[in-house]
Amino acid sequence: MSTMQFGIFTVGDVTTDPTTGRTPTEHERIKATVEIARKAEEVGLDVFATGEHHNPPFIPSSPTTTLAYIGAQTERIILSTSTTLITTNDPVKIAEDYATLQHLVDGRMDLMLGRGNTAPVYPWFGKDITKAVELTIENYQLLRKLWSEPVVDWEGKFRTPLQGYTSTPAPLDGVAPFVWHGSIRTPEVAELAAYYGDGYFANNIFWPKEHYIRLINFYRQRYAHYGHGTPEQAIVGLGGQFFMRRNSQDAVNEFRPYFDNAPVYGHGPSLEDFTAQTPLTVGSPQQVLERTLEFADYFGDYQRQLFLVDHAGLPLKTVLEQLDLLGEILPTMRAEFDARRPAGVPDAPTHAARVAAKAAAENEEVPA
Amino acid sequence: MTRIVALAAGLGEPSTTRMLADRIAAAAAAAVGQPASVEVVNLREFAHEITDAALAGFAAPRLHHVYDLVGEADALIVVVPTFKASYPGLFKSFIDAMEEDALIGKVVLLAATGGTARHSLVIDFALRPLFAHLQSVVVPTGVFASPHDWGSAGESALQSRIERAARELASLLAGDGSGRGPDDEIDLFSDTMLSISRPD
Repeated sequence: MSTMQFGIFTVGDVTTDPTTGRTPTEHERIKATVEIARKAEEVGLDVFATGEHHNPPFIPSSPTTTLAYIGAQTERIILSTSTTLITTNDPVKIAEDYATLQHLVDGRMDLMLGRGNTAPVYPWFGKDITKAVELTIENYQLLRKLWSEPVVDWEGKFRTPLQGYTSTPAPLDGVAPFVWHGSIRTPEVAELAAYYGDGYFANNIFWPKEHYIRLINFYRQRYAHYGHGTPEQAIVGLGGQFFMRRNSQDAVNEFRPYFDNAPVYGHGPSLEDFTAQTPLTVGSPQQVLERTLEFADYFGDYQRQLFLVDHAGLPLKTVLEQLDLLGEILPTMRAEFDARRPAGVPDAPTHAARVAAKAAAENEEVPA
Repeated sequence: MTRIVALAAGLGEPSTTRMLADRIAAAAAAAVGQPASVEVVNLREFAHEITDAALAGFAAPRLHHVYDLVGEADALIVVVPTFKASYPGLFKSFIDAMEEDALIGKVVLLAATGGTARHSLVIDFALRPLFAHLQSVVVPTGVFASPHDWGSAGESALQSRIERAARELASLLAGDGSGRGPDDEIDLFSDTMLSISRPD
């Protein structure tokens, strides 16, 4: 595993291909997700992450089911989420589901907590959206307790109390899955990540970089404030998106109908304006490479780069071709990021490294 | 001495509109940072005089005294209940019977109560146009309270909106505009922020 991790994250949208008018079935989309994940491993990527949604047109309502299935068909790639809803899921079930996944895939997983972007999910799951930040904090505090204490007595505001509860299975090797916190606007989430020394992920998709720089800098400062290291040592992940063809004009021509009709930003700004103003790159592999390397100039050296490659109705074949092209520039991307990385910037977190760190810390505690 | 007058246009007794008027008046008095007098007027008590004034074209002495209070006030707080998507007719009749130029340049804080939060735009779609016509200087923050607000706590709660509006009112009286600008600062000491580093 290199010092930095590269991967893809999927929203899992079922979207009509605007060039053919064809809409994949949910079954096709779910199977395509698995194939995309396998392909990601094949081309040398380090991470596959899936979103969590509970409404059409999205299919990933049960991330650990999908990730375990992918885990059984892959050997190396880290399975993650983008994001797991810490607000509306019961933290007890998150603790159990993800610890089980961790055992099944031998630690080859982590997860990213977020608050989701679909307001009705809160009432559907019996929660109050006006308490989203408070739910995030309380649920996460409970999740950590469940993963770190063998027997939990707990009482909070949003869930029935627990007396003598043991979450099973306990985390693999006594090391809880690494947690990223994803947020695009809430400083409290950055503060939460900083306090616990967890990772912080900025999706870096929809808005100009200045928006994300502010939150990432805040997280880095607070990470240092809580004594986890210097600001440069905070664990940062970034999203990004691209569409590439060997000839950049081919990329623009082919991607434009998907962009113009995409969920979220379709029928809005032009492709040209959007690529100029946000991190989206549509062009040649070289252009994608150069644009991605610039991220470290803006956000500081970071640990994880995830790309969105399979949305807006792009057919599976095209997505797989995108991954082939990404695989071609990946060795250079790794080398360039590594070359610019100052000493002292930590490697991306893995289970093995965290187990080793735990063992080292325990050895230190033994009196000589 | 800063003179603050609050008009409560609720028709019920007791009235949440009156409760809201009392709270805003107290917050405004505290925000001006110098001795302030506060007078809260329940329009309900002047219902007959207001109707008489509408018909006769002049205000009877008791109502005239209210118009004098309003005219001499440094700041006016207006709190109305929401009736059929707007303020009550009694309140409009009170305004209609007032001298045409009585509120020109007056600093006015607008507030309303309503049966549900769905009425919250009544301040901006009913009250604000009226006070634009009257050429008052309206405080940017309007305060709306639905029944839910009387039972909520925390930073998004009613009291924090009241205090923000009161600070703006004080700032306008001091000639400093609303006293606010774009705020890029992250509040590290909010209750929610502090709950993160104090998990138990």
